[in-house]
Amino acid sequence: MLLIPCPWCGPRDEIEFRYGGEAHIARPTDPDALDDRAWAEYLFMRANPKGVFAERWMHSAGCRCWFNLLRDTVSHRILAAYRIGDTPPARDTPS
Amino acid sequence: MWRKAAPKPRYSVAIIGGGGHGLATAYYLAKEHGIADVAVLEKGPIGLGNTGRNTTIIRSNYLWDESARIYEHSLKLWEGLSAELNFNVMLSQRGVLNLAHNEADIREGRRRVNANRLNGIDAEWLDPEAVKRFCPILNVSPDARYPVLGATLQRRGGVARHDAVAWGFARAADARGVDIIENCEVTAIRTARGRVTGVETSKGDIAADKIAIVAAGHNSVVAAMAGVQLPLQSHPLQALVSEPVKPVLDCVVMSNAVHVYVSQSDKGELVMGAGIDAYNSYAQRGSFHVIEGQMAALLELFPSFSRLKMLRSWAGIVDVSPDASPIIGKLPVEGLYLNGGWGTGGFKATPGSGHVFAHTIARDEPHPLAAPFALDRFTTGALIDEHGAAGVAH
Repeated sequence: MLLIPCPWCGPRDEIEFRYGGEAHIARPTDPDALDDRAWAEYLFMRANPKGVFAERWMHSAGCRCWFNLLRDTVSHRILAAYRIGDTPPARDTPS
Repeated sequence: MWRKAAPKPRYSVAIIGGGGHGLATAYYLAKEHGIADVAVLEKGPIGLGNTGRNTTIIRSNYLWDESARIYEHSLKLWEGLSAELNFNVMLSQRGVLNLAHNEADIREGRRRVNANRLNGIDAEWLDPEAVKRFCPILNVSPDARYPVLGATLQRRGGVARHDAVAWGFARAADARGVDIIENCEVTAIRTARGRVTGVETSKGDIAADKIAIVAAGHNSVVAAMAGVQLPLQSHPLQALVSEPVKPVLDCVVMSNAVHVYVSQSDKGELVMGAGIDAYNSYAQRGSFHVIEGQMAALLELFPSFSRLKMLRSWAGIVDVSPDASPIIGKLPVEGLYLNGGWGTGGFKATPGSGHVFAHTIARDEPHPLAAPFALDRFTTGALIDEHGAAGVAH
């Protein structure tokens, strides 16, 4: 089980959280202007790296706030936790 | 069983991934299409990836027409596979129950039974008494935490020996001239003018006219080598086995609502599968709380299992697509093909998947059964949404 550092509540067990997939996917500002390919890109295409991944979590059994993690998908090591809207930390931390 | 092949400088087709699907693809390329100049490139030894990590369940009772057709095509191939490969894959059509625990499950199950029958697939709806007769050790008490309100039954469903499937396809493909190259990790895909030209591997460079990606949990990583992004997410899927006991369970029991599926192996071990871990991962392990939740539900359904000790647990990495259906077909680089996105349910499709994919590669156009599963369905919107239909338990 992961020990997840919620930016508001501190370290808590994984079972208190919900996963939200890839972070930093911006909703298109003008959806009507998108063709089908661009819309599919926004809806379905996702990074799936073997290594450091920026992902969203929600502290559903705690403060119920969304936040982001940088986590290594091979070692499961959590490199950083940061609030929604914050600039993601540099990813060059060795995993 | 098969030659320990060293890579030749060039092949007509290089298949990346030597699991059941990749080996079946190679076998049918050689047998059905006369293309034996094929290399299967496997980064580890044959049979140690997801092919040896699944819970061996076979069924074809999917809701949507496209799914029903391809999984039934596969089940029909399973039924002749031991003779086809001259290798006993130990297919046991012992029947698969999918339990209903609430009104929504009942409606879904009945609808699926009707849809299956319209597609020529054997399917029955059992009421709780009939479920009890079919599987006497199941707790069907109305007081149970997960009351059994009925179940769908596919009698032609069952299990097969997963190692035998890999070995049988490997042996048969090898006998037709396919090179199975183990411990050969692909590190790059070479392209020139929008067309694949070959791969770079841990055993040197290999030229190929066509490249087929069948790498399960690593499909995204391999496709990225050719600059292609896929709508796939890799997750751990866990399973475990108990100590061996005398025969107590002679069918397969699945419950989508509580994430449990269980059968008893020929050795007497109970084989159980869980749901996926929520997070993306390439580590072949999951979190313990997933297994804990699964065991709690299992004991509600089978109180007699409470004294059993668990022997082993493990995980495989599965590539989950947005609509829980596979992606089979051409990728936007000439000569590059993908057979992936099988997620948690690929084992049952092994022969059918290889069969339609071999056709797709050989003719450079999708097999009619594979056509609906092309990557462009995410652009056209013609999804085959089995998430709600087949449920999470595959």
